[in-house]
Amino acid sequence: MIPAAFEYYRPKDMAGVLSILEQHGDDARVMAGGHSLIPMMKLRMAEVPHLIDLQDVGGMSDIVIDADVIRIGAMVTQHDIIDHAGLAEAAPILREAALQIADPQVRYMGTVGGNVANGDPGNDMPGLMQCLDATFTVVGGDGERDIPARDFYEAAYMTAREDEEVLTGVSIPLPKGGYAYEKQKRKIGDYATAAAAVQIIKEGGTCVAASIAMTNLSDTPVYSDAAGAALVGTQVDGAAIKAAMAAMLGDIDPSEDNRGPVAFKKHVAGVILRRAIERAWSRA
Amino acid sequence: MSKKQHYTITVNGKEEEFLAEPRELLIYTLRERLNITGPHIGCETSHCGACTVTIDGKSVKSCTMFVAQADGKDITTIEGIGGPDDLHPLQAAFKEHHGLQCGYCTPGMITRAMKLLEENPTPTEEEIRFGMAGNICRCTGYQNIVKSIQAAAVEMNAAKEAAE
Repeated sequence: MIPAAFEYYRPKDMAGVLSILEQHGDDARVMAGGHSLIPMMKLRMAEVPHLIDLQDVGGMSDIVIDADVIRIGAMVTQHDIIDHAGLAEAAPILREAALQIADPQVRYMGTVGGNVANGDPGNDMPGLMQCLDATFTVVGGDGERDIPARDFYEAAYMTAREDEEVLTGVSIPLPKGGYAYEKQKRKIGDYATAAAAVQIIKEGGTCVAASIAMTNLSDTPVYSDAAGAALVGTQVDGAAIKAAMAAMLGDIDPSEDNRGPVAFKKHVAGVILRRAIERAWSRA
Repeated sequence: MSKKQHYTITVNGKEEEFLAEPRELLIYTLRERLNITGPHIGCETSHCGACTVTIDGKSVKSCTMFVAQADGKDITTIEGIGGPDDLHPLQAAFKEHHGLQCGYCTPGMITRAMKLLEENPTPTEEEIRFGMAGNICRCTGYQNIVKSIQAAAVEMNAAKEAAE
């Protein structure tokens, strides 16, 4: 498999990246680990005349845990997330999700920034970040701006990031309560047939807050406000979980593909969400 | 449009300099340009792991890296792990425990297992299966691959202890 020819750049700083982006517009793309982009280039489904490798830019590989917010640089890999003891303590859902992404080799290369910026509905981190109400920081010629994960995804591969901007990191409010990332996939390395990210806060046996997002069940990740609301004020019993599943099914819009027809995907989405809620509640 | 560029990579301790187009996939650089044919091309789509090499301490599928990204890197392939006259304990264990049938996946398996044992010298069977999940054996000989890695771990830990 031979991708189309491209000019390769490995700038040493962000100013260098931004000037190449400014010069070439959407003919240029940045690459972190490359494990989404390179396969697409090999298949010639993506053509990138000007490829900007971010590996030498620096300053985007840190995980910082403050009192109320976690900051993860865009170049932090899935492997880094799994390996970070402080993060496993502060936000265990990140580790649980990262362990379900691809395989060990891919996790050494695949980055948080690439996973959230790519805009592929199959990526796991976008839904996870919506569940956690994360904010993405992008930088462009006019400086930095922050975009909530819940407002970032417009359609498959279409996001609120402009072509001449680079996503540099994510900020996550320190998660509270029980958590679960549940994913159904056909095989190691496959994208989800359905996946659910759930955070639940329990007080005195009652659910006081719940956040639910679904992956690969629409052309964007789906944050289901209604599904979370269906759990609040309940003891998260069978009836409440059924109500959350019904609310979630009203928010997703899966399409038929080699992972199955629409009815099957809706069925799996329900099962996966139920399992995620039950596990998150048991940990709350 | 894309001209050949000058690259320098270190493979198994030997510095290699050559001209190549940036789009060349690292597996082709290794196999066809440098005649390092241990890493194999199985699926060429980042799934099978036959092309696994170690780059700067990470297990990487060399079909999913452009040579331009590898410029300046330190790469280890199966050839750098051991040869016919000086088998690495992993290679010896794969031989002893029938960890290979057709042998096609073996270079990737052993290269990946090296890194796995470096990070976790005493893995459980489950940890081996999880840590080797990026490598596919087309003969489905997984039982003996797991056994081989377990045996190699025991051997390597004993050797390490004896050396201390």
